[in-house]
Amino acid sequence: MITGTDQETARRRGAMSIWTYANPKKFMDVSGRVLPWVTMAAALTLGAGLVWGFFFTPDDYSQGATVKIMFVHVPAAMMAINTWVMMLVASVIWIVRRHHVSALAARAAAPVGLTFTLIALVTGALWGQPIWNTWWAWDPRLTSFLILAFFYLGYVALWSAIENPDAAADLTGLLCLVGSVFAVLSRYAAKFWSQGLHQDSTILKIGERDPLAIEYYLPLVLCIAGFVLLFLALVLVRTRTAIRARRVAALLARERLA
Amino acid sequence: MIPDLGRYALVVCGSYGVTLGLLAGLVAVTLWQGRRARRDLDEIETRLAGGSGGE
Repeated sequence: MITGTDQETARRRGAMSIWTYANPKKFMDVSGRVLPWVTMAAALTLGAGLVWGFFFTPDDYSQGATVKIMFVHVPAAMMAINTWVMMLVASVIWIVRRHHVSALAARAAAPVGLTFTLIALVTGALWGQPIWNTWWAWDPRLTSFLILAFFYLGYVALWSAIENPDAAADLTGLLCLVGSVFAVLSRYAAKFWSQGLHQDSTILKIGERDPLAIEYYLPLVLCIAGFVLLFLALVLVRTRTAIRARRVAALLARERLA
Repeated sequence: MIPDLGRYALVVCGSYGVTLGLLAGLVAVTLWQGRRARRDLDEIETRLAGGSGGE
């Protein structure tokens, strides 16, 4: 026999479950409340981080003023990889549990990830020219990043090319699984192959032999937080747009049938 | 106020310019698509509500 207490516990569990947000209406309600705060936090942190990094950091003893490129290059590169990881998680949720919001969130994130990847590639080339004396090298990390950019392009193109949204979500989900190899390679290429030009990350080397100096570390952390929050805000807006577009398509179909 | 970037001025300013330009473009497209989807949904919901109300 189910008691009132059991029902209350079940209700609370349901309310706290992450799957509650897979309901489009619930997602729209919660994201609508959260979005202004995330947007404001993104604008503040990114603005403060970039101003700090550009105007108030000293030149590096070996790289000179080019060290300031780090404040846009590193967060963009980190988020290019992490966006793909988020798309992978959302795609797996779609493939396993068939929650439409997760498929739409993966779709919404792809152009954001592509933009971050382009920023990382262009700023990397601009940084590489004075430091390595070349705009581009077929270095493992650079090459895997370029392939990741092509995967992003392919992902966006595949979504646009397939009319049936469920079939598009299935196929792009599979593409996302395959592309994850290059997302991982982009992150760890400098560790796997040491012959490349690109150095390994120094952000987490606090207390180790070659740490990032504190005058660069703090604005960099602020910029990374800004990029993460901007990503969140953009994905929320874009997912809400995708949910509305899906509803429009459903209503138009219903209208045609009536 | 503007830091002395020396001979690296072009690459440093170029990096910030490209970043801000691409991000601004992405934000603009995102907002434009969002407004269009909201307007389309409002239109069709109003039309359907009007149609069902008249029946």
